[in-house]
This record gives sequence, C-alpha cells and structure tokens, in this order.
Amino acid sequence: MSETDALDSVVSQPYKYGFKTEVEYDDFPRGLNEDIIRMISQRKGEPDFMLEFRLKAYRNWLTMKEPTWPNVDYPPVDYNNIIYYSAPKKKPKLDSLDEVDPAILETYEKLGIPLHEQKLLQNVAVDAVFDSVSVATTFRAKLAEAGVIFCSISEAVKDYPDLIKKYIGSVVPANDNYFAALNSAVFTDGSFCYIPKGVACPMELSTYFRINNEESGQFERTLIVAEEGASVSYLEGCTAPMFSKNQLHAAVVELVALDNAEIKYSTVQNWYSGDKNGVGGIYNFVTKRGICRGVNSKISWTQVETGSAITWKYPSVILQGDNSIGEFYSVAVTNDKMQADTGTKMIHLGKNTRSTIISKGISAGQSNNSYRGLVKIGKKADGARNYSVCDSMLIGDQCGAHTFPYIESANSTASIEHEATTSKIGEDQIFYLQQRGLDEENAVSLIINGFVKEVFKELPMEFAVEATKLLSIKLEGSVG
Amino acid sequence: MLQIKNLHASVDGIEILKGINLEIKAGEVHAIMGPNGSGKSTLSKVVAGHPAYEVTQGEILFEGTDIAELDADERARMGIFLAFQYPVEIPGVSNSMLMRQAYNAIRREHGEEELDPLEFDDYVHKKLDLVEMDPKFLDRSVNDGFSGGEKKRNEILQMAVLNPKLALLDETDSGLDIDALRIVSNGINQIKSSDKGVMLVTHYQRILNYITPDYVHVLKAGRIVKSGGKELALELESQGYEEVEEIR
Ligand SMILES: Nc1ncnc2c1ncn2[C@@H]1O[C@H](COP(=O)(O)OP(=O)(O)OP(=O)(O)O)[C@@H](O)[C@H]1O
Ligand SMILES: [Mg+2]
Repeated sequence: MSETDALDSVVSQPYKYGFKTEVEYDDFPRGLNEDIIRMISQRKGEPDFMLEFRLKAYRNWLTMKEPTWPNVDYPPVDYNNIIYYSAPKKKPKLDSLDEVDPAILETYEKLGIPLHEQKLLQNVAVDAVFDSVSVATTFRAKLAEAGVIFCSISEAVKDYPDLIKKYIGSVVPANDNYFAALNSAVFTDGSFCYIPKGVACPMELSTYFRINNEESGQFERTLIVAEEGASVSYLEGCTAPMFSKNQLHAAVVELVALDNAEIKYSTVQNWYSGDKNGVGGIYNFVTKRGICRGVNSKISWTQVETGSAITWKYPSVILQGDNSIGEFYSVAVTNDKMQADTGTKMIHLGKNTRSTIISKGISAGQSNNSYRGLVKIGKKADGARNYSVCDSMLIGDQCGAHTFPYIESANSTASIEHEATTSKIGEDQIFYLQQRGLDEENAVSLIINGFVKEVFKELPMEFAVEATKLLSIKLEGSVG
Repeated sequence: MLQIKNLHASVDGIEILKGINLEIKAGEVHAIMGPNGSGKSTLSKVVAGHPAYEVTQGEILFEGTDIAELDADERARMGIFLAFQYPVEIPGVSNSMLMRQAYNAIRREHGEEELDPLEFDDYVHKKLDLVEMDPKFLDRSVNDGFSGGEKKRNEILQMAVLNPKLALLDETDSGLDIDALRIVSNGINQIKSSDKGVMLVTHYQRILNYITPDYVHVLKAGRIVKSGGKELALELESQGYEEVEEIR
C-alpha cells in the first residue's frame, strides 16, 4: 500500500455517531419571524425580560450581514427554511429520568453517555441536550449540596431569573455578531452553571449536545459563572446523525470569572462533517467568550475540533482583572472537504495579564484549516504577556493550512511572542518509524499523537481518554 | 546474510545506483567509502526499504529471502537496522515510547512476549550504559532539539535496544567529538558479534581505527569501483578518490 493511501485511510474513518433516533417531534413551522420567537419564549414559559432580550436581538440581527471574512466557502443559508424549535414529544419530569423517551436514553448510551442512575459516569455530572431541549441533568442533588447550580438554561431562566438577567449577554452582547444575534433571538436550550463563592466544584460538569432532527437548527446557549474564589471544570461534547442536508449550529457560550476564580472549559467537537464529497454536515458557527472580570482569575479553553463541515469559532478571553490568565489550547482536524477557521482572541485590559495560545491544525484530504488569532493589549495593560504557538500539519498535498495572527498593542511594556510552523507529515518521519519496526498505521498515529500531545495533556482525564480514542477511531483499520 | 546482486535503483526517475554487487556475511564489517553524492546513503536506504526509491533491476537477498518488495517495517522486524545519516525529529513522541513500541513490535514478530513499561525500563537502562547516555534522553522527544552528536548516539542506543542482525551505519561517526567517537565505537563493538553483519558508511579513517573492517569498498557514481582490505581506507585517506578510477 502506498504512503498516500495509508495516510488517506488513516484519517478517513467512517463516522461512528451517524445513526438517527426515531422519536416523535413537536416541531415549530419553518422560518423565522417575531411570532416564532414569541412561540419559543412562550413554550418555555419565560419571563418577559427574556422575550424582550430575544426580540431586541432579532431586530438587530435583521440589520446585520453574515460575515464573509472567514476563510470558508459555503452556499447561502436560507434562514427561513430552518425549524427553530424541535423537541421530542415525550417531556421528562424534572429530576427524573423515568419519563425520558427510552429511545433517547438509548441514544446517549450508544454515544457512551449513560444517563441511567445505575450507570452514571463516575464523578461527571451530565446535562444532555437533544435537539432543542435538555432531556436530563444528572447528579443535581449532589451538586446542590455544594451550592452548585447545574441545570438547563431553560430552567435557569425560570428558577434563577436574577442571575440570568445579570449575566446573560454580559460577555457576548446580543448584537456582538451575526450568529450571536441569531442565537440570542432563538436559543432553545443549553446549560447553566453557577459556582458560588469559595466553592471548588466537586465534580466535572458536562453537557452533551446531540442534533437528531434533520430539519432543525441547534442554537444552544451556555452560561457559566464562577464567583469569587470558585473553580470549575466543564466539558462539552457533540455529535449528530449523518444527513445529506447541512444543518446549522449557532451556539453562544459565556463564561464569567470573578476574583480568584478559575474556569476550565473543554470541548470535544465531533459533529457530522459531511461525506467525502462535502455533501451534508454541520455548519458550526459558534461564539465562545469568557471574561476574567476579577483579579487573579483564570479562564482556560481547550478544544478538540474533529467534526463539522464548516467550523467558525474563536473561543476568547477578556482579561480585565489584574494578573488574570487566559489560555487557549486547540487541536483542529479537517479532512475531505471540511473547512475550519478557528482560533482565539486574547484581550488584555488589566495589568500583568498573561495569555497562552497553543494551536495545532491537522489538515488532510482537500480540506482547509485556518488559524485566526488576535492578541490585543490595551493601554492600561502594563506588563501584559502573550505567548502563541501555531503549528500546522499537512497530510497529502491537496489540503491547505493558513495562519492569520493579528497583534494590536497599545502598551509598550507588553511582551508578545509568536511562533508558527507548518510541516508536512513527512515520508521521512514515517520511514524512520517504520525502519524501527512499527507498521505504517502505528507510525502515522504516533506522529499525530505526538503532534497534539501538548494540547491533549490539558484535557481532563475523562476527556483525554475520549479524545485519544476519537483520534484513534479516525486512525484505526488504515492498513489493509 | 546480505547479498546484493546487480542492484539498480532510482528516485524520481533518476538512476542513482547503477549495478551494485555486494555480499556481507555474518560476522563481517564492510566499510563503504566514496565521494559526496556517490550513492552511499541511497544504498543504505534502498536496503532498508525507503519507499521513495525504486529498485529497477537486481536483487536484495537477506538471509536468502528477496526483500526488495517488502515494506520497511517488515525488513526492520526481520533484523535490518539503519542508523540514519540525518536522524529524523519526531516532536511529542518520547524516545522511550518509540523504542518500547519498536522493540515490542519485533518481539511480537518472533512470537515473544512484549515487555511492559517497567520491564522495558530496566532493559533500556542497561543499553544506556553501553553508549554512556543520560537517562534524561529517554523522556525527550525523539531527536527533537538533540545536538548533531546526540542524535548519532541516539541512533546507536536504538540499535543496541533493537539488537538487529544487520546494521547499516550511515556516517554515524560524522559530527561526533573525540570522546563520543570512542564511546559510540565501543558500543558498536560490543553489539557486534559473529552472527551479525555491519555495513559502515564513512568518510574517515578514524572510526576504522576502532572498528576494524574486513572489507573496504569505494562507491563512485552509483557503482563499487574498488574493493579491498582495511589498508584501502588508509590509501584513500592519503590519495583521495580522484585516483581510484585509474586504479580500477
Ligand atoms: N529525490 C532525489 N531527487 C534527485 N536526486 C536525488 C534524490 N535523492 C538523492 N538524489 C541524488 O542521489 C545522489 C546520491 O545521494 P546520496 O545521499 O546517496 O549520496 P551519499 O553518497 O550518501 O553522499 P554524502 O557523502 O554526501 O552523504 C546525489 O547526487 C543526490 O543528489
Ligand atoms: Mg550520505
């Protein structure tokens, strides 16, 4: 078998999560207008302030234009041909899994996320979001003992309106960008985490997103607030069935860290990426941003992006508090016709703020993988420091890797360091390892695992295992 | 052990090896010398199975089997080891991890039980002593940021660990300081035995003071133009390669 064949099969494993679950849906009519938004808000029993927030966002959105600057290419999305609310008919009772449609429970089980009480993941609380609604949140009672709130955002809007009112849109304003405005208007579900003062969250929190309905978009909203001295590690996972149509996923995630608080947010994104010819797959247009509002606070994003037809996301940190720390660790894998334009923004406002960016892009097939990052140092950010490394690895010669680093500094005491490398997974590297006795498949997998190691070591244990597995799923059975 | 018969090989359509004949028997050391670009590394890589090179004519027999069509890893597991002239860097892959995987792959091939990380650790430490290498090199990424000499020494460490039947050493002596040359040569001498063959590519006589060759061959423009005993190396050192063609 030739080198290129092996490399191709190494990164072209079939998508394992592509099955569809048969459930009955309560769908809204297609299209977007104020009536639809009122219906969503009403269906969720939201207080007035939430409806107003949505309507204002919608009106803003109408005046905005879809961004064209990302290095991605796709036919225009018909926003009036999407179903904006789609919920499985059988609704769960709060705190009980008994009434969740067994087909859905089975779905999560197949995905490796058991929601049954007996089989719960060790020390990980899970919020499971199925299309537009959260179907279950585990370990709530145990978390409540510690004072931690972990529930769906829909419940939070009703049960903790003051917290929501205070924080929603405070990091990503409703008019921030086209997709954030759209999300603010129509968001359906997502997770809310609140860690009170001085509490170290006793377990990992995680949300598992699943798009099942072919015609619906998913617009989830996540809000995490860590009060003074609080800390939490949060994990996000996503998959979708294989459909020949493209589906839109436009999420907003907001993180708020107060004095001495720490939030670690990890994502393993494995949405369906379309077939070999680029038919189908998820458009993943996501706005993720955190603010280190307090002194000595820290926000760390780790992402492993292996799916989606198109990825457009820049998990960012606003470093407002003095001595605060922002981190971004990313592995983005593209293959076939996938396109990714991803990176981060580190906005240094406070004194002695520090940020680290480690980005690893792997492109194969005819895919396109771009890193886009902004490091901005404000006038008052004396002693701010940034360190960025962007490495790209190319597999084959039909793919592209690009880096777009932007630096804006208004403070001469700041130090900014940027390194970038592009390498081809070398015939010579593979030959070297094969010469030592490793077969080609092992050689390639060793090289790729070595390449991403710096990022994978940032993942929490539970996720590191999953991410490594995901990578090796993509690698398995390549020689034959 | 190794029989090369009328070997022609090309890369990107350019013929580099133009009819090589060479036989290395168990227990023998063959030194290959010759000017830059004459095809010494090409010969080593072709024997080891580098996929970029195409064998257009001739045979490569290893222990009686024609290996010309086998993948590099199959040849490696049969017992062929190449110490690279330019060892490759593999960031993020630790040296010990590579050696353990490679060693276990070879053991599996022979139906032997794999060593677990602890057992392997014991095993590899003994080999470290052989080439007087600091254990800290085990945890570092393969050749990543190694100095030129450290890379060469690391190749010999890997050879000691994998314990091949046929060692192809491509300018292992280049870039070594005087002490390192002695240490590495001693290492090679200890690994060498009556059932192993060595092909040693070099430009310099000095390594041959430590490792005595049974034969010296001169490669020029893809052909072996002269062969002789160890005294040929000395001759070359004083005369250079210019004269060689005439001697032929
Ligand atoms: N991919 C290639 N395309 C064209 N020519 C090549 C290629 N690879 C090797 N060559 C040529 O083959 C010839 C032999 O190269 P080789 O590396 O075997 O030489 P060498 O004898 O090892 O030289 P040195 O003593 O400098 O290490 C050189 O002229 C080299 O330029
Ligand atoms: Mg050479």
